[in-house]
Amino acid sequence: MITLPVFFFLYHALVIVGLSLVTVSRRNPVHSVLFMLIIFFHIASLYLFLNAEFIAAIQIIVYAGAILVLFLFVVFLLDLRAEEHADKYSMSQPAGAVLALSLFAVLASTMRGFVLGPHGIYGIEKITEMTHTKAIGTVLYTKYLFPFEVASVVLLVAIVGAITLAKRHTKS
Amino acid sequence: MPTEYLPIVIFMLVATAFGLGSLMVGIIFRPHRPYAEKLIPYESGNIPVGETRSRFHIHFYIIAMLFLVFDVEAVFMYPWAVVFDKIGLYAYIEMILFILILTVGYIYAWKKDAFKWD
Repeated sequence: MITLPVFFFLYHALVIVGLSLVTVSRRNPVHSVLFMLIIFFHIASLYLFLNAEFIAAIQIIVYAGAILVLFLFVVFLLDLRAEEHADKYSMSQPAGAVLALSLFAVLASTMRGFVLGPHGIYGIEKITEMTHTKAIGTVLYTKYLFPFEVASVVLLVAIVGAITLAKRHTKS
Repeated sequence: MPTEYLPIVIFMLVATAFGLGSLMVGIIFRPHRPYAEKLIPYESGNIPVGETRSRFHIHFYIIAMLFLVFDVEAVFMYPWAVVFDKIGLYAYIEMILFILILTVGYIYAWKKDAFKWD
């Protein structure tokens, strides 16, 4: 019996998986990035479906906004002309297939060990009552204070790393 | 399932339909009479030279990376702003600390001339 939530989930699952295949098989990297944008919006919609409004908004702000800009810049920065004209199915395809299939096998075998853990205090009712952003804020800034501060150090590493790597070339 | 987001779904559907619809109307009604000069890229009347896609300067990457980092920093402020009145001074101090650590990165970028075009 296909109810509305099941239909909703199936639609998103199909679009995400389908467009992922489209993304990796495009010859033009800009097309890949644009298909990825549609995937990101569908993932955001899936988060919304799970009552995670904050994550959905972040998915659009950070992934569809910032990460995609970064991807586009990487496409612009790299000289991909040779790759664009290269044969779509290269010599390394069997190796890639073996790797992908073994990864799939590992993930599929761990699926059997998947059991639902005990329910935390933040159930759907509680989150809808106090809103998702507030629920995240309450936990993040009290219980998970240390990971939050560590995040700033991770971001700092990202700044320093990007500048160090990129500036090395501009000096010459 | 949150139904209060239905207006957004309708909005996106209408926006997509409007975009595709405009293109379809254009395809149906515009005259189609191409000739060689019309099909070359317009560059102020000059004949285009070189490739369309040239490599961008690496500096764009630094700008994008800085944008990403400070975008994520701003993201952490949304839930903070929502619960700030509940946690109080404690939340204030931890956010100051968070911003201070990132300010180190900002000053580093500044001193390394990451904001300058040379």
